[in-house]
Amino acid sequence: MTPIILFYIFAIILLLSAIMVVSVRNSVHAALFLILAFCNAAGLFMLAGAEFLAVLLVAIYAGAVMVLFMFIVMTMQTELVQLKEGVQRYMPVGCVIAFILIIEFILIAIHWKVDPKIINQFSNSPLQHISNTKALGNILYTHYVLLFQICGLILLVAMIGAIVLTLHKNPNNRRQNIAKQHRREPNQSLEVHDVPLNKSIKDIGGFIRPKETYYGVTQEDSFGPKPGDKSDITEKRQQREQIK
Amino acid sequence: MNIFDTVGVASYIIVSGILFTIGLFGVFANRKNLIVILMSIELMLLSANLNLIAFSSTFGNLTGQIMVMFSLTVAAAETAIGLAIIMVFYRNRRSVEVQDTMVMKG
Repeated sequence: MTPIILFYIFAIILLLSAIMVVSVRNSVHAALFLILAFCNAAGLFMLAGAEFLAVLLVAIYAGAVMVLFMFIVMTMQTELVQLKEGVQRYMPVGCVIAFILIIEFILIAIHWKVDPKIINQFSNSPLQHISNTKALGNILYTHYVLLFQICGLILLVAMIGAIVLTLHKNPNNRRQNIAKQHRREPNQSLEVHDVPLNKSIKDIGGFIRPKETYYGVTQEDSFGPKPGDKSDITEKRQQREQIK
Repeated sequence: MNIFDTVGVASYIIVSGILFTIGLFGVFANRKNLIVILMSIELMLLSANLNLIAFSSTFGNLTGQIMVMFSLTVAAAETAIGLAIIMVFYRNRRSVEVQDTMVMKG
């Protein structure tokens, strides 16, 4: 009796929070409702006997992906957008498609049948003897090793892609040009002064290290604007604030 | 004790069908915020995973659960790339609205 009650509780909270995700105005609230939806879906997984995937769903989605979502949402200072005319314009199309789709899904769910011969063929039923995690590991590392490695490759490509997309040249970042850094001589970057007694370094001309040498060894545009440069970053910042 | 002896796999299919419909409706109805569209796509992927797990447990075949693991991986990669694209778009245009994606040159 208890699993039925649990199933309906999880399913109802899952569907309600999914509706809130698509209908709420604030993106932060939508992300929080999505976390609730994933936790309830993990409960449904657990009821269906997939304990390992339930834990995986909470760890990956509620733990990692949603943190990413919250980070992006809070980085962008989008004002709370109101429901505007754009919503009403596409609402009828969305309603029609959703209605047709839900009728189809319910018809499929009620009327589907499976050939009994195929059921006997399918079931390898290791669930009774060993735990779900152990059985999954047995199958994953024997029959699906290549798919597993391709998964790793996909994640690598995604990681490189995300880094390449979001990396951009900020004039305030100080990045070295390694080759030039190794090639330079000490006398290009150091000046040796003889400082007389009772005099400071300021009295004989200031810098120990001539500041221009920085622009020789750093990557282009990575050590701020040059002293006489017109495109000063402070001017750009002031312009941006004036636009705001 | 098996949940499918009492509730039945049809309930799982109906729940995941409704979840998929909500996700699709979110993609259609939301014209203001690209991030909410990504969240709707996550909901649709979740409903597919729910279906796979329900059938996998009904037939006692673990291949469905393996597929769920792979689709979780692909979904995580897709989310990371999508959010990176949205981040770049926001940096260029100062907005994440769908209407502003008409012009796609940086």
